[in-house]
Amino acid sequence: MTEPTVYELSSPGRVGIEYAHLDVPPSELPDAFMREELPLPELSELDVVRHFTHLSQLNYSIDGGFYPLGSCTMKYNPRINEVTARMPGFLKVHPLQPIETVQGSLVVMYLLQETLKEITGFSAITLQPAAGAHGELVGSLIMRAYHRSRGDMKRTKVLVPDSAHGTNPATSSMAGFTPVNVPSDARGNVDIEKLRELCDDTLAGLMLTNPNTLGLFDEHVLEVIDIVHQAGGLVYGDGANLNALLGVTRPGDLGFDIMHINLHKTFSTPHGGGGPGSGPVAVAAHLADFLPDPVVGILEEATDELPPLYGFVHPPQSIGRIKSFHGHFGIIVRALTYIMMQGPEGLRAVAEHAVLNANYLMELLKQDYTLPYDRDCMHEFVLEGVWPDAEGVHALDVAKRLMDYGMHPPTNYFPLIVNEALMIEPTETESKQTLDVFVDAMKKIAKEAHEQPELLHEAPHNTPIGRLDEVKAAKDLVLCCWRPEE
Amino acid sequence: MFIPHTDVERQEMLKIIGKKDLSELFNVIPEEFRFPDLDIPHALSEMEAQQQFSNLAGANNACDEMTCFLGAGAYNHYVPAAVDFLLHRGDFFTAYTPYQPEISQGTLQAIFEFQSLIANLTGMEIANASHYDGATAAAEACISAYHHFRGKRPKLVLSPNLNPQYLETIHTYFGMLDESKLVVPEDQMAFSDPNKLADLIDSETALVLVQYPDFLGNIYDLTAITTKAHEQGALVAVSVNPIALGLLKPPADFGVDFVVGEGQPLGIPMSFGGPYLGFFATRKELVRKISGRIVGETVDGTGKRGYVLTLTAREQHIRRDKATSNICTNQGLMTLAATIYMSLLGKSGMREVAELCYHKAHYAAQQIAELKGYKLVTQQPFFNEFVIECPKNVSVINQHMLEHGLIGGFDLEKVNPKLKNQMLIAVTEMNSREEIDLLLDLLEEALHD
Repeated sequence: MTEPTVYELSSPGRVGIEYAHLDVPPSELPDAFMREELPLPELSELDVVRHFTHLSQLNYSIDGGFYPLGSCTMKYNPRINEVTARMPGFLKVHPLQPIETVQGSLVVMYLLQETLKEITGFSAITLQPAAGAHGELVGSLIMRAYHRSRGDMKRTKVLVPDSAHGTNPATSSMAGFTPVNVPSDARGNVDIEKLRELCDDTLAGLMLTNPNTLGLFDEHVLEVIDIVHQAGGLVYGDGANLNALLGVTRPGDLGFDIMHINLHKTFSTPHGGGGPGSGPVAVAAHLADFLPDPVVGILEEATDELPPLYGFVHPPQSIGRIKSFHGHFGIIVRALTYIMMQGPEGLRAVAEHAVLNANYLMELLKQDYTLPYDRDCMHEFVLEGVWPDAEGVHALDVAKRLMDYGMHPPTNYFPLIVNEALMIEPTETESKQTLDVFVDAMKKIAKEAHEQPELLHEAPHNTPIGRLDEVKAAKDLVLCCWRPEE
Repeated sequence: MFIPHTDVERQEMLKIIGKKDLSELFNVIPEEFRFPDLDIPHALSEMEAQQQFSNLAGANNACDEMTCFLGAGAYNHYVPAAVDFLLHRGDFFTAYTPYQPEISQGTLQAIFEFQSLIANLTGMEIANASHYDGATAAAEACISAYHHFRGKRPKLVLSPNLNPQYLETIHTYFGMLDESKLVVPEDQMAFSDPNKLADLIDSETALVLVQYPDFLGNIYDLTAITTKAHEQGALVAVSVNPIALGLLKPPADFGVDFVVGEGQPLGIPMSFGGPYLGFFATRKELVRKISGRIVGETVDGTGKRGYVLTLTAREQHIRRDKATSNICTNQGLMTLAATIYMSLLGKSGMREVAELCYHKAHYAAQQIAELKGYKLVTQQPFFNEFVIECPKNVSVINQHMLEHGLIGGFDLEKVNPKLKNQMLIAVTEMNSREEIDLLLDLLEEALHD
């Protein structure tokens, strides 16, 4: 059944909420500026509650089932995070209140800054970026500001491995750099010889995801970083895959100069159907002065009687402000709640079990699917969703068929260097039972691909709606709840 | 707790992958950097964590206990109970970005409705699925205009009466584009009539960006400046307060090309500055020039109506280095909050809230104008924010009011030293007459303090 839109449900004159009567004398309204009509829907509160409840029932979610979505770290979102973030003392605070009245919030930000620095091995951090991509932009701007501050204007080239997320080249060019592709070697590492050839005095830096999008930790990571540093470049770490490294190794210790962190992946804050995320950026000591303005610091040290006074400090060579206010505070509270409930041992256990789960799935599935890079993986791995003896079946079909088995598909067609990629990341919060059910479904699908391929082509069969006509959507461009005028 | 493995299960799994213990999974990591001792506090139980955060939240003076007259970009509005109850549904908040439309119709239809509601509110033809906040939405409008002319019109004219944080954000974003030129009349807040920007617009200009109501609360007719910009071939963007549009003429009536703004007033808590959302509306012919997610209507194989992410060829994961923005997500759950809020308030509620804000703000302004020592600076029509001149330093007055449980207005001296003693006051439906009268009493007291 199709759920009507709020416009179709609307009935003229119906009211969803009433406000208290005006308790001051009314003033004259500015005639010249009054709008003539306000064409919004008219619904009761129950209409609204029922409509959005129906919509929610059309969604798949982590609460509903397994989400083996590579590169997205779809781990369980603890409910306590939702409780702490909604405490009235946090929720009802205006961002421009005097700092004396918001010490609780500033302590939360300061603590998250300090713990993230310790977990990643960096010296300084900003919590301002609104998402991973926003963090990447900040990192690239810092890279640019660093070279320019040294009068080194010719460094315009940023190296991006061919396994990188699409945001890496997009961010580099948005930040005014020229992205240049670096190939991977046969074991999924950065090709060292090619890297050497590309490193010259125009190099601004390398954007390295490690573990990379194949789920592989680069076997020569120290050498890669050293080559870039020798050429005068900086190494940017895409922290999308940090979940594999918690308590296992610190990117700052390995020599990375900059890294963004996705709180909505690694630190359990909900994905929210596509946001809000949060993408703090951590940097090594030599880049601290370039962080976006402002960061939280201690303005007055503690005394015998008083706690320290927290406030905002302004990095001297800051790249500037990158959004309103101080970052996604509500997400910051959730991430800190999670970290405080893990402690050092808990964080290491997160990485260990995320990697255990991935290797377990990889071992069981490589019997039925081609595994192009066959070595121990970290938190995720990539299979091919195609068989030479199952003509016409593609990764997309496998993905859609998995929905019929009640599971979310893996990431498909990414990374680009794997043919018909299926990228699988189980996370540490899934039990062996869930993984076994998934393996069973994947094996059945592999069999179906050979014996009943039409089942895959026509999938999904059991979802609220079938495969949608994306070409029609882009051609008709119906983007609002009424038909565009002809 | 959040890791379900039992010892037995762990052993079975290790055996299948041929490892003796968990640490063996990490042999690829350089040994000298493997398994560092992290110096962070030991794990808390859920109960302890809740207590600790409760203490931290209690260390704030929040607006549930204080009276708030602070605005300047974030506003203390009432959030109806149904909004957050619906956001709590796990099917919404634990879902991923809707890349698989067959099992994401809830999120997709909600975004489609959001786009429709924003288009209606702003009067524009289309809207996207949102940006991070008001500042980044304004910056993305500038970037869209710059790329629309392929850099051949390098100049962007920015009103000095834009929210100063938006101006700073745009400056940061344009720091990347060496050829571009941002023109802002030097003295911030020095004048406010947008028509005075007309002389700065020429054939090199890609965009004129103004705010409505502007940062100081003033409302101006934007028809003349829009006409002037269009005569020169430039585009016009307006940053708006969405609550004001429940009452005021939508910017589309002036003929503008982009309408952006901060969505926080639409049912999103202030939460110390985020997460919020930035909305972005435009004319249909510009849809391929803008960044950000867009949802479109289509059908499945049986003809059943459904929704998908569309025009994805503009985006980073397809265009990679040719994309003009690297934005991936929208503000998901925040757009859902705004969609529920606008649906619940609807036609009458949006007008009612806007009128309450308007009348209460005007009552407060009139009363302050009567106070000895104070002057109403705002002379232009305004919505719910206005500027007063105080007999003393604003920070001194605010300190006095704070001691009596009231958070005063924004100290404009912080953004322009010439605006000494000037305070920007915001009034919303949350402020009762008693609260406004308390404000008046405290302002008067502060004079003698």
